[in-house]
Amino acid sequence: MSLSRREFLKIMGGSAAALAFPGVILQGCKKALEKASERTNVIWLQAQSCSGCSVSLLNKLHPDIASVITEHISLNYHQTIMAGTGHVAVNVLEDAVKQNRKDFVLIVEGSIPTKDDLYCTVGEVGGHHVGVREWVEKLGKNALAVVAVGTCATGGGIPGAKIRATGDNPTGAKALEEILPGRTVINVGGCPPHPDWIVGTLLHVLLKGVPALDEQNRPLMYYGKTVHEQCERLKYYKEGIFAKHWGDEGCLYNLGCLGMDTGCDIPTRKFNDGINSCTGSGAGCIGCTENVFPDYGTRGIFKHLNASNTEIKSLHPETQDAIMKLRNGGVING
Amino acid sequence: MAKVLLDPITRIEGHLSIELDVQNGKVVDAKCKGDMFRGFEKILVGRNPVDANQITQRICGVCPISHGLASSKCLDDAFGIKPNKNGRILRNLVLTANYLQSHILHFYHLAALDFVDITALLSYKGRDPKLNNLKDWAKDELEKKKNRADAITAVAPFLPRYEGKDFYIKDHDLNIDAIAGYVKALDIRMKAHKMVALFGGRAPHAIGLVPGGVTQVPTRDKIREYRKLLKEVEEFVNDVYAKHVIAVAKGFPEYFKLGKYSNFLSYGLIDKDEEHKDFMFERGAFYNNKVSALNTRLIREQVKYARYQSASNLHPLEGQTDPNPQKGGAYTWLKAPRYNEQPMEVGPLARVAVAYLSGNEAVKKELDAILAIFNAEVPAAFSVLGRHASRVIEAKLLCQEAYNMLDELEPNGQPRSTYQIPETGEGEGLAEAPRGALGHWIVVKNRVIANYQAVVPTTWYCGPRDDRGIRGPVEDALIGTPIADNNNPIEAARVVRSFDPCIACAVHVMEGDREISKFRVC
Repeated sequence: MSLSRREFLKIMGGSAAALAFPGVILQGCKKALEKASERTNVIWLQAQSCSGCSVSLLNKLHPDIASVITEHISLNYHQTIMAGTGHVAVNVLEDAVKQNRKDFVLIVEGSIPTKDDLYCTVGEVGGHHVGVREWVEKLGKNALAVVAVGTCATGGGIPGAKIRATGDNPTGAKALEEILPGRTVINVGGCPPHPDWIVGTLLHVLLKGVPALDEQNRPLMYYGKTVHEQCERLKYYKEGIFAKHWGDEGCLYNLGCLGMDTGCDIPTRKFNDGINSCTGSGAGCIGCTENVFPDYGTRGIFKHLNASNTEIKSLHPETQDAIMKLRNGGVING
Repeated sequence: MAKVLLDPITRIEGHLSIELDVQNGKVVDAKCKGDMFRGFEKILVGRNPVDANQITQRICGVCPISHGLASSKCLDDAFGIKPNKNGRILRNLVLTANYLQSHILHFYHLAALDFVDITALLSYKGRDPKLNNLKDWAKDELEKKKNRADAITAVAPFLPRYEGKDFYIKDHDLNIDAIAGYVKALDIRMKAHKMVALFGGRAPHAIGLVPGGVTQVPTRDKIREYRKLLKEVEEFVNDVYAKHVIAVAKGFPEYFKLGKYSNFLSYGLIDKDEEHKDFMFERGAFYNNKVSALNTRLIREQVKYARYQSASNLHPLEGQTDPNPQKGGAYTWLKAPRYNEQPMEVGPLARVAVAYLSGNEAVKKELDAILAIFNAEVPAAFSVLGRHASRVIEAKLLCQEAYNMLDELEPNGQPRSTYQIPETGEGEGLAEAPRGALGHWIVVKNRVIANYQAVVPTTWYCGPRDDRGIRGPVEDALIGTPIADNNNPIEAARVVRSFDPCIACAVHVMEGDREISKFRVC
């Protein structure tokens, strides 16, 4: 199988992605794309995850998931999909470790517990429950490339969130890059990530090498702009029209929208085959692609809903003004 | 006696393993082990109550909607509000759509590979271009990887698998038809997910579930789009999904006698009013051969065999959950919930059974029709095949009901009621996830979460022995399962998968706040 440049860009996620590619990357693209027929092996490990990233992956279109796993990659191991059970499944991992195989990309979904390996185990080998950390370390050492999928793997996510009272975390849940300090981990943030981001990033790595990354090691082509600057509701912000309640017309900032602090292209790409988006649906952005989700320091997700007067005073004067105006107009919990 | 280990159980959500004692070719004992722990509830304390809705959806990526709804209802209760009519209906529509994607996903992409012979593709002679592509791919995989280091991964993720005589369907055409169903189901479940996103903002992890309803205004174009997708999904459910489940049942009729269980708990599915009193599938508990009204005060969680060092047999809201990974004798991260001291199965079969035994005409008609095909009585449904059939029944009836829900919506009307976060409050939210009864409880103090607890479906059925040593439902349902080959225990895998376990859901609990004991439990 070989892909044209146009087809490649389509896989990467259409015209928006095309703009994100520096011209130099596109030159000689075709030659590299012929590698696509090799169906590079992929081992997808789930650590402390909810499988939401995997479910999101199933929503992939152009190409669809069946094409991805039969034409573009060879999905060696994925617990939610694979036919093999028990030792038949775990043999695939053991075999890769024993043979010192280096012919695969490692994808990790979920955070990795470090306080005790028993907080997340995959398989039992010789009477020993194998901690997911052990698999990640053994496989991560040899992998062609290492990709963290979803915010649990890119930043610890919800399992890695802080207990408010103590600042501690229940299981010592860590991001993948903290477990593999010597390696470049490509981070596909999002809770869940859009399937185009997962597959687009993976294929870019396989076909063209590591894409241009931002300071959180996320591909610039997907995370390079904020939600706010691409938002469907930007015009309301500019006109000073703010929503008072969920689903109202207006900018959602004062309901707690984190679009200004969050990099991703959902307002233009949209979720689920283009049918809706976080901001479009009237809910707003919860900042799920950022590695500080869901803590944002001590802010949390929906801060403005019950910000105290003291807290409001710490905000930007323009923000204060908007909130006070809305409060006077009877905003939720005002 | 032989120890047989299935670790990990794949094609479920999350990290589960099963340990069996097999004697004379039959399971004589079983242990069900949840292998992952995160600590959700502890993380919730001190946060904005509204954050709970988004955070608890991340308990599970397959049934986030149910957590979002349980949490929304819990917040409604704590804030002293009710959803408006549009809000209630839109929640039901989002939930319905997620049931459809979840049930279809479960049968085709999780369970079917225990019955369908994927290698039938290699001798496919038809003209379907998608199937021919798959055939060419599978042949190419076997050829190319034959002498390579990665030979074990040829035709992954569909091979390797458990191998044995009579493990898989022999009828070539049926195998091919089911494989075509697997491929089609990928597309259909994705469309069901689009239906979730229409009114939920996105899927999985809906963004638009809030106290009082949802954020998405039901515009006429969104209603029209939902109806269009619903019709397509409904056709698949009635014409393809139902047919394949019956075909599998005909090929493996012994599974009406395996995986048996007959204690059932249901919180009621699809709210027909804003008071949460009337449901499409009835609320109730079935044990000791009768259906009784639900009383959540009767719930206790026991931890003798779970990796917690805290006290046992407490109501979840009084619960202390102090993890101790190395606790002697413990073998799982799941607690053992009990209802009036009884272990209970929850999920599609529990809902269908409680509805049937409560005299629900629509459910009775559907289940009787399926039982008639096999000349079987109602107790036959309390089995592996009964669980698969119950999902079909739910999918069919939910599709029918969804048209009525759409008709009842007020187009362009407000999608929610409004609220203020109170200084203090308490709330209970009961929902039915595709996998079963789900409860969330909250205490609000100083406008932040003082305590949050969730008791989820998979804990009910994949939980360990209780303090008296009585096995959990999955452990018990495994007893007597024949195992033809200890190295390929596919029979046990079929029993476990029929429950559709979700381990991420089941293991999420963390230390409770002592003050929660004052909590009102109704």
